[in-house]
Amino acid sequence: MPIARFWRETPRRYNLGGSRCAICSTVYFPPRSVCPTCSAHRQSLGKMEPFHLSGEGEVVTFSIVHEAAEGFEMQVPYALAIVQTIEGPLLTGQVVNIAPEEVKIGLKVRATFRKLREEGPAGVIHYGYKFAPKEEAGRGPGAGQEAEPATIPPVSPESSRARA
Amino acid sequence: MRDVAILGVGMTKFGELWDRSFREIGIEAGFQALVDGKLSSHDLEALYLGNMASGAFLEQEHIAPLILDYAGLSGHHLPAIRVEAGGASGAMALHEGYLAVASGAHDFVVVGGAEKMTDVSDTEASHVVDAAADTEWELVFGATLPSLWAMVARKHMHEYGTRREDLAALPVHDHQMASKNPLAHFRNKVSVDQVVNSGMVADPLGVLDCSPVSDGAAAVLLGPLESARKYTDTPVKIAASQVACDTMALHHRRDLTTMDSTVLAGKRAFTQARRKPSDVQVAEIDDAYSIGGLIALEDLGFLAKGEAGMAMRDGRFFGKGTTLINTSGGLKAQGRPFGAVGVAQVVELVHQLRGEAKDRQISGAQVGLAHNVGGTGATSVVTMLERVN
Repeated sequence: MPIARFWRETPRRYNLGGSRCAICSTVYFPPRSVCPTCSAHRQSLGKMEPFHLSGEGEVVTFSIVHEAAEGFEMQVPYALAIVQTIEGPLLTGQVVNIAPEEVKIGLKVRATFRKLREEGPAGVIHYGYKFAPKEEAGRGPGAGQEAEPATIPPVSPESSRARA
Repeated sequence: MRDVAILGVGMTKFGELWDRSFREIGIEAGFQALVDGKLSSHDLEALYLGNMASGAFLEQEHIAPLILDYAGLSGHHLPAIRVEAGGASGAMALHEGYLAVASGAHDFVVVGGAEKMTDVSDTEASHVVDAAADTEWELVFGATLPSLWAMVARKHMHEYGTRREDLAALPVHDHQMASKNPLAHFRNKVSVDQVVNSGMVADPLGVLDCSPVSDGAAAVLLGPLESARKYTDTPVKIAASQVACDTMALHHRRDLTTMDSTVLAGKRAFTQARRKPSDVQVAEIDDAYSIGGLIALEDLGFLAKGEAGMAMRDGRFFGKGTTLINTSGGLKAQGRPFGAVGVAQVVELVHQLRGEAKDRQISGAQVGLAHNVGGTGATSVVTMLERVN
């Protein structure tokens, strides 16, 4: 994957930056430029505000993957889940810090910042969110700071762009 | 809009066709349809070609004029149009061809579907087709098409008590039907035990819950129903052709065990055809992954939500009820050359409605339905056919 293509999504993948419709208050991840559910659909253009997810949520369904996605071959078997966040949006991601066979529907999780995959020995390393059981995730960086969005350090889209 | 008929059909063998090129299989299916429909090449006005990923599989894009050229029709300078809708590319191409004839824009068009998947490794082929899901927000995080469908299966089992064996029943049925289909990729029979204990792809789905990587092509010839008798003694009417779309990512759906695109395409199709599910004797259901077939039967209205597991246990669609499904062997056993699938489903229905399906024939079939899905249901296409008496 070309560097720019992954890099441009950094605010979303590192920091769970979503958006909220100023008209109906529905939260989206990834961010949307127009509100898909709002009855004021067209009027929501330009009214979608940045909104960071806390990263907290619960597993609504999952699979144990044995035939890996591209770049995930070294990680099999791994648990993949759809997580409903407390703010509403659902996300797909791996569940870590737990044996795959112990993942259950209803498991409370929190987003954690991890390496996703490497593009070969000399390629780009992709980072982003995975999910860990809530008590496990609390031991990571940011533990005890409930006000922090997840365990992922808050980074504004501008600062992450400047740094990347 | 005028009525549209299928005047001819053609299909290649599905499978690992090492010795055959994309051009060869595309042309073979097209000419079979042309000969079957007794049409002259000069009658054709357009070509529609369903294909998902020739660029990734063959490093060849712009394939509609390529097939037209190697079919010897470049001198006619017809419009040739490629249609892509993930796994639903074939049915979507048929939909476009149908609209062209129904609207009166064209009289006679050929619709093909073709995919050549085995020129890359199995692993690479899987990664290519995974891109029918959302690359940026699903695949980047470790998802694959089978793992996404596996999450649908897990949820359905959790919500409705569907059992692992219920999922396995559909591949078992598919292989049973495919054993009677000389063009099918797999002609061996499998047992529930074999499916349940097959190598794990994405828990709870094993390799025998998942359709294979196949090469193949299929084609149909369309024309106005009013003049169909000039070209065939057995025209089959397209009673409905409907498409519905939904969110790209599975996790954005209203309900993880309902494909709203299938619900809507199905409702629109039954309305257009003025039919109800119980009128359908023969149906080709997209079961690229076993769970997909189960929930499609619910979403199309053959069953209430949550009933699919019980229906599989009862064999309701395997010969004991009013509708028999996947007489071709389905995606699981007839094979899954992506862009060809939706067209091949319709080829099977035409054989059934004409009474030409030999060992697989359902006696007196009048109404058929085909259901073809792209990705995890971001696109669904439902086509209904009727025998013309």
